[in-house]
Amino acid sequence: MKLLVPVKRVVDYNVKVRVKADGTGVETANVKMSMNPFDEIAVEEAVRLKEKGGATEIVAVSIGPAQAQEQLRTALAMGADRAILVEAEGTEPLGVAKLLKALVEREQPGLVIMGKQAIDDDMNATGQMLAALLGWAQGTFASKLEIAGETAKVTREIDGGLETVSLKLPAIVTTDLRLNEPRYASLPNIMKARKKPLETLKPADLGVDVAPRLTVLKVEDPPKRQAGVKVASVAELVSKLRNEAKVI
Amino acid sequence: MAVLVLADQGATVSQPTRSAVAAARQIDAEVHVLVLGDAAAAAAAAKLDGVAKVIQADGAAFAQALAEPAAALLVALAPGYTHLLAPGSAQGKNILPRAAALLDVQIITDVAGVVDADTFKRFIYAGNALATVKSSDPKKVATIRAASFDPVAAEGGSAAVEAAPAAADPGLSSFVGAEIAKSERPELTAARVVISGGRAMGSAENFAILDKVADKLGAAIGASRAAVDAGYAPNDHQVGQTGKIVAPELYIAVGISGAIQHLAGMKDSKVIVAINKDEEAPIFQVADYGLVGDLFKLIPELEAELG
Ligand SMILES: Cc1cc2nc3c(=O)[nH]c(=O)nc-3n(C[C@H](O)[C@H](O)[C@H](O)COP(=O)(O)OP(=O)(O)OC[C@H]3O[C@@H](n4cnc5c(N)ncnc54)[C@H](O)[C@@H]3O)c2cc1C
Ligand SMILES: Nc1ncnc2c1ncn2[C@@H]1O[C@H](COP(=O)(O)O)[C@@H](O)[C@H]1O
Repeated sequence: MKLLVPVKRVVDYNVKVRVKADGTGVETANVKMSMNPFDEIAVEEAVRLKEKGGATEIVAVSIGPAQAQEQLRTALAMGADRAILVEAEGTEPLGVAKLLKALVEREQPGLVIMGKQAIDDDMNATGQMLAALLGWAQGTFASKLEIAGETAKVTREIDGGLETVSLKLPAIVTTDLRLNEPRYASLPNIMKARKKPLETLKPADLGVDVAPRLTVLKVEDPPKRQAGVKVASVAELVSKLRNEAKVI
Repeated sequence: MAVLVLADQGATVSQPTRSAVAAARQIDAEVHVLVLGDAAAAAAAAKLDGVAKVIQADGAAFAQALAEPAAALLVALAPGYTHLLAPGSAQGKNILPRAAALLDVQIITDVAGVVDADTFKRFIYAGNALATVKSSDPKKVATIRAASFDPVAAEGGSAAVEAAPAAADPGLSSFVGAEIAKSERPELTAARVVISGGRAMGSAENFAILDKVADKLGAAIGASRAAVDAGYAPNDHQVGQTGKIVAPELYIAVGISGAIQHLAGMKDSKVIVAINKDEEAPIFQVADYGLVGDLFKLIPELEAELG
């Protein structure tokens, strides 16, 4: 079974992003970029499946600027076999899902493993949208994945606890934080990854219209919270909560 | 036309569902609620303040709120509505984007403000920025960030209940089982008080020292990602950018450093208390009341002080 793993280039989670003074977006110039953490988990899961003999080939794909090659190389260093970059910027989840659908039709994977959420737009939508466009089953927020024949058993992190669903393959699985702990690529594997194939395409090559549907009118700082006071003791804390804040 | 809200499944109407109805009311006076459940669940939804109609879908295909049949049902109902909404619960997040794609609509998730029928506010970058976006789609599909909308009252309405059109289960997925922890405590996203523990709790046994304080305060228990990853608390306790978003009257963060990803899930709380032994911990920058010290000494003291 072939696996397709979409990975997004995002501002690293350690960066404290700043809103641009003109309110058009956030500063991304000279900011550290990384693979979306949930997508690292997706790549790791794919590599483990292949190591266990449950997969034959892993194709990592990204939709983004030319520099997203860096994140694809990381995926290759972690164990993906080849990569495809669709050069397009500012694509919304629906547009990404349409591009991914075209790639799925070309590559015919048995399973797509992707992140539940990109930590820049915080949309948590692309996997569900791709599943819809393909008419496939979806197993979102996965904390466990088992493949058995023609089905995938997915344990999902839901509001009250965990839920297990069985999906008919081919299907879409989106990763949650507890699915696995991604490996670091070793130096030899990073060297090897440089020689793995990386193909570059444009949305037009796939015949997909990715015109955005949302216009960003404004990006602003969130409401700011004032730091309060330090209290000296538990007694003072409880007294303030009772008499000043009146919350207990 | 009207706005349709997909309710969270359950015997009672969840607080996030009531917040989603509140958001819907800001868009249109005519709000309908879709319930995937039995007559009792539909009756509960019919009592919601400001709801004109309840649509009840209780076929076997909907019993577990699986995304594939639920999204197909939303698409079947969509022609009657300008907006399809759901709370940003695990259920809403699972189903609504699928319905949006079937309708060729770009979903807007975790709406934190309604500007007008086409324009919404939402947080991006773990709450570091607030974006205002305008949709050009003919129909809008969105999930609602419950913490940003005061829920409508659970009582006061008397909506008519009508059966949903029959729908076939596409049969793509099936429910195998669930492990839902039974708890006497309030729901994390609905609790008036939340007490959360972080990595500093050190073990699942130690984490339990928060229970007695929670009992005294009638609080729900939350956790940081680090505490969940380490197995000190179950996954559904995680508060933050990629966990639950809470906005209680009182939030008590115990041994939590205050990473931006955690703050994204709790900084709308009315009053924040931080207990941390590091006086430089970033959590103190958002805390109304900070107490510097060892939690293993301070939590038993707090329990005693609460009497
Ligand atoms: C993709 C992604 C998503 C994430 N999503 C979330 C999320 O949704 N929610 C979330 O919480 N995090 C999330 N994180 C993780 C986040 O970045 C932090 O790593 C995490 O919040 C840290 O948890 P913590 O504060 O418990 O641990 P730490 O940062 O290790 O802090 C422990 C704190 O305890 C204090 N302490 C230690 N001992 C004691 C003691 N005896 N008494 C009192 N204080 C003590 C220390 O001073 C320290 O401040 C995410 C990260 C990534 C990459
Ligand atoms: N531009 C992109 N390129 C590749 N994968 C993407 C892209 N955008 C989103 N994805 C995938 O979809 C997941 C969810 O993203 P989102 O719906 O934007 O939160 C991510 O974790 C990725 O796996």
